[in-house]
Amino acid sequence: MTAQPASLRWFAAHEMNLAWREWIAMMTGGRRRRGITLIIILGIVATVLHLIAYSVIAAWLKTGVGPDKSHLVLLTGGGLLFWSVMLSQALESVTRVYYARADLDLILSSPASSRRLFAVRTGAVALSTMLLSCLLASPMINILVLLDGPKWLTAYGVLAAIGALSAAIGVAVTITLFRIVGPKRTRLIAQIIAAIVGAGFIIGIQAAAIVYYGSISRFTLFESAEVIAAAPDLASPLWLPARAAMGDFGALLIVLLVGLGALFGVIAATSSSYGRHAISAAGVTHIRTDRRPSERSFRSGSQKHVLRLKEWKLLQRDPWLLSQTLMQILYLAPPALMLWINYGEHSGAFIVVVPVLVMAAGQLAGGLAWLAISGEDAHDLVVTAPVSPRTVLTAKIEAVLTIIAIILAPLIVLLALSSVEIAIITAICAMLSAGSATTIQLWFRVVAKRSMFRRRQVASRTATLSEAFASIMWAGTGAIWAAGSPIAFGTATIAILVLGLAKLLSPRRA
Amino acid sequence: MSAPALEITGLVKKFDRQVVNELNLTVRAGEFYALLGPNGAGKTTILRMVAGLLQPDAGTISVFGIDTKTDPLAAKRIIAWVSDEPMVYDRLTPLEYLEFVAGLWQIDAKTAETRSRDLLNWLGLAPHANALCGSFSKGMLQKVALAGALVHDPKLIILDEPLTGLDAGSARQVKDVLLGKVRDGVTVIMTTHILEVAERMAERIGVIAGGRLIAEGTLAELRTRIGRETSLEEIFLDLVQTDAESAAA
Repeated sequence: MTAQPASLRWFAAHEMNLAWREWIAMMTGGRRRRGITLIIILGIVATVLHLIAYSVIAAWLKTGVGPDKSHLVLLTGGGLLFWSVMLSQALESVTRVYYARADLDLILSSPASSRRLFAVRTGAVALSTMLLSCLLASPMINILVLLDGPKWLTAYGVLAAIGALSAAIGVAVTITLFRIVGPKRTRLIAQIIAAIVGAGFIIGIQAAAIVYYGSISRFTLFESAEVIAAAPDLASPLWLPARAAMGDFGALLIVLLVGLGALFGVIAATSSSYGRHAISAAGVTHIRTDRRPSERSFRSGSQKHVLRLKEWKLLQRDPWLLSQTLMQILYLAPPALMLWINYGEHSGAFIVVVPVLVMAAGQLAGGLAWLAISGEDAHDLVVTAPVSPRTVLTAKIEAVLTIIAIILAPLIVLLALSSVEIAIITAICAMLSAGSATTIQLWFRVVAKRSMFRRRQVASRTATLSEAFASIMWAGTGAIWAAGSPIAFGTATIAILVLGLAKLLSPRRA
Repeated sequence: MSAPALEITGLVKKFDRQVVNELNLTVRAGEFYALLGPNGAGKTTILRMVAGLLQPDAGTISVFGIDTKTDPLAAKRIIAWVSDEPMVYDRLTPLEYLEFVAGLWQIDAKTAETRSRDLLNWLGLAPHANALCGSFSKGMLQKVALAGALVHDPKLIILDEPLTGLDAGSARQVKDVLLGKVRDGVTVIMTTHILEVAERMAERIGVIAGGRLIAEGTLAELRTRIGRETSLEEIFLDLVQTDAESAAA
């Protein structure tokens, strides 16, 4: 039976149809054969993740898991870490409900109810947040079910509840921002909040673990006797989600009621203002952004210099870059803190810092290199200019690597104050990691608009995967080299092989 | 005799089908040349090859005697390209954009700044010189792109549908700027679907169909060719239809 046009069900069917087609196109790139390959790859990844989960869970279960305080603290703490990432994801998705135009102009100009559309789109955000978190947590939950019984299946219910709660909070924050700062700044601030929420809690826990226990592991804090002793007693409602995940149906019911109740409540309270806010968000592009009139005269410089200057200006003013890279930069805070605390000591703890810095260098370089090399809004202008393609590419690469050097230099200097040797190792591996990521972006370069930045991973999964693997391998090389083991040659060789494979798989150029 | 502004010989380009077919075309220095043709005729492909945005499969392109294949940088120094999609950065102001373009063409900073401010005044963009381009209308963006094309004082300006989406006022400003440049001795080659514009502005008109030049000349010469005293629109439709019929036969 087909739903009545413009009804809640009809909008839901329309959204599901679009989401399904987009997902299929994203995964297969329009080629059926790719779909089969993808299923095989996903199967292998799922198996590996389940095996890793098995090794962790089996050891944990041997200690005897029950609803005592130590396990409730660990589960609640771990759950909060996971939820902060879910909330970050939901916040970002909700802003898209207001700002992504696509068919919004068509629907808002039609006599259909914008309240229904909002309800469906917010529900879709909640659903996608739930599905993603279920997918990520499933190896752990499935292994718990396998080893400790089906009572752990209720953990999926907890994920559904906290997914709904994340979407509800996302909507509430967005609406509040619309009211306080207006549509022009809401998106940017929401993106920054999402990045801080996503990384902030994890970093906070990590910082506390570093300060009090000298360990970079986030779980050290949840396992400490002081934290367990200071935690509320067993009757506290704080433990409801953890109890629900452990198979307590009463707790599960309460958690579901809170999560879903918050979602439906927020939708009911805010849906009437959706059309108004979405329309105000549409007007944002027409708001003129005047910069302070420049008294500075034009300056002469080489072609490379003007290209680098242009890249730096655009990167500095990019509205998406801040939110997209903020999380990566925030993750550098714990190692920086560790360096600060251990200043003057030649401690083995520095070895933990090396891979974090090397990995961050690679990931940052990958994002910036895509923006500089592929995200060229005036592609025709640069190609028709009397400047060789080699000069253009060199200038862009220099622009990216300079930024990475500026971000990492203070941390490497701090590291050098304690250990020059480890600082040199970190600098070399960070350079190799950033260089590899930039080279991969160069091999896989496309002609794209900067606004496509968020979808760059989708555009070339090979580039994304090889970039990630190369960064991981250089990070491993750095850590092993710092530890003084010759195995570093092995990981470095794998990193070079990853680069070689990426070159083989990269599109051929005339 | 000076070299022609543009000389194309035996130009071929294939994608999934042959888009440009053994094309020969000559545009004299200092003339306003309009390139017309139905959708998919190959006009944009031809102009993108001249601007260095596409590589020809065969044939030669020479701009003021410079072979674009053997010395592309020398050719690019004297060409400006303006497409229907303005090539402008959202996060730069018009002044910053023009400084960047001038830097790419290595124009002396003082000259570039004077030219930039004159162009922005000329195109009515001076009040917006310090606003980010991302908030501009299509017409304003097109004018910024045109200013970028003129800031390095090119000898040949190639425009692909430059008036698409412009309001009457903006279109008039763009047309005035182009006619002024032709008066100063600059060569302008433009594709357009607005035949009145070609009729009023162009000294010579070339009609492309199926990747070939099927007719060329002044408006009077084209009228003589079809044997009727009529509008360019009628001439164009007649020429294209006759060509399609002869191709089908």
